Amino acid sequence: MRTRFDEQLNTLGQELIKMGALCEEVISLAASALIQKDDALAAKIAPLDHEIDEKERQIESMCLRLLLQQQPVARDLRQISAALKMITDMERIGDQAEDIAEILPFLNGRTLPEHIEIREMAKATIKMVTDSVDAYVKQDTSVAEAVIASDDIVDDYFTEIKSSLISLIAQNPTEGEYALDLLMVAKYFERIGDHATNIAGWVLFSVTGEKTYGRPQTDETEK
Amino acid sequence: MADTIISAGNLDFYYGETHALKKICLDIPEHNITALIGPSGCGKSTFLRTINRMNDLIEGVKVTGSLTYRGEEIYAPDRDVTDLRKNIGMVFQKPNPFPMSIYDNVAYGPRTHGIRAKARLDDIVEQSLRDAAIWDEVKDRLKKNALGLSGGQQQRLCIARALAVKPDVLLMDESTSALDPISTSRIEDLAMELKKKYTIVIVTHNMQQAVRISDRTAFFLLGELIEYGDTEKMFSKPADKRTEDYITGRFG
Repeated sequence: MRTRFDEQLNTLGQELIKMGALCEEVISLAASALIQKDDALAAKIAPLDHEIDEKERQIESMCLRLLLQQQPVARDLRQISAALKMITDMERIGDQAEDIAEILPFLNGRTLPEHIEIREMAKATIKMVTDSVDAYVKQDTSVAEAVIASDDIVDDYFTEIKSSLISLIAQNPTEGEYALDLLMVAKYFERIGDHATNIAGWVLFSVTGEKTYGRPQTDETEK
Repeated sequence: MADTIISAGNLDFYYGETHALKKICLDIPEHNITALIGPSGCGKSTFLRTINRMNDLIEGVKVTGSLTYRGEEIYAPDRDVTDLRKNIGMVFQKPNPFPMSIYDNVAYGPRTHGIRAKARLDDIVEQSLRDAAIWDEVKDRLKKNALGLSGGQQQRLCIARALAVKPDVLLMDESTSALDPISTSRIEDLAMELKKKYTIVIVTHNMQQAVRISDRTAFFLLGELIEYGDTEKMFSKPADKRTEDYITGRFG
């Protein structure tokens, strides 16, 4: 019974995993390009973002077709509606990685100051994205909850980096432009953390049917 | 929540040796649409039919436990079944107008209950046809035979006929399953409108119909009530795995 629908849902899951993998790749590239000052890596980001956009459109069509053909209820409905929401967050991760890539040339190949914890922040954000995709793949609520909890860590990094950059400007006003560019980069990482949190929230919804759980934090950072 | 109008407590129902309903406990709230769902043979139609004692004519049925309408036992020995069915009307799967005029179909019930005055009957017929959302389509041909109407119109006429005796509860047994999508949609809209005045209990095999129009849903399986609750919750996050498997089409 309902073999075809199960196959369609399975394909939807596979495509989401592919899109998630692209997101992991794009943000890792952005972080590596930043830290290693590698223009060749940065150049790979835009094409990858386009691939993510294409994937979003493809999965969106699949979801709309499934809603139309199968009129899903219960777990099926949650899975498909969660997929529709998740791809929006995934697509934004791609955009923000590209935004980071666009700033990189303005950093003029400078080595990042040691005391500014942007490497650590990038690492923590990449982990959030990887884990949120992993939570989806395994349909694992504890992994999803851990992602939501770790959003605080990324937010804290952002606050610390902001303070460090304010000090940098205070010590050397000519560093103003450089500091602001770095702040933008940090902000994009922080937003990527929010999107990973949203993805984890939708994984929770898909599995448990609880919609509000773990989401107030992201609402807070939206303000 | 609204007051309970129909209440089953440990209701058992047997067709001879067949145990068709097992210890059903279910409170149906007033001015709600309650949907009964489940695979064929699960007991949902049997339950619907116990409410106005449509099963009475079947040989060898036995009912135990409690089933009340406004607090009074439906199966009490001194219960006036005609009066019960006046209060609890029914619309069936296939439209079944009497082979007589549209007017006489609707006037049949009130006449049976002793109303003879033409003006009074005219009022009842018009109001019932209006309530059933078919007045505008038939007002110029009330004397025409009802069998000349389309299936969807016939079904709305049957609803008008049920409404003409001023019932309290309307039971609908797959009342749209023989209709095209437009007629189905009209009956569904009508049900949503009618629930303001009446309490409606429907049996449906159409999950989306249950989702669209019912406030509460009861899922039956093999004579048992598996899950009963808020429709939206039941179709987004059912509590029982058997409910989930049924509504998502994994069995049934």
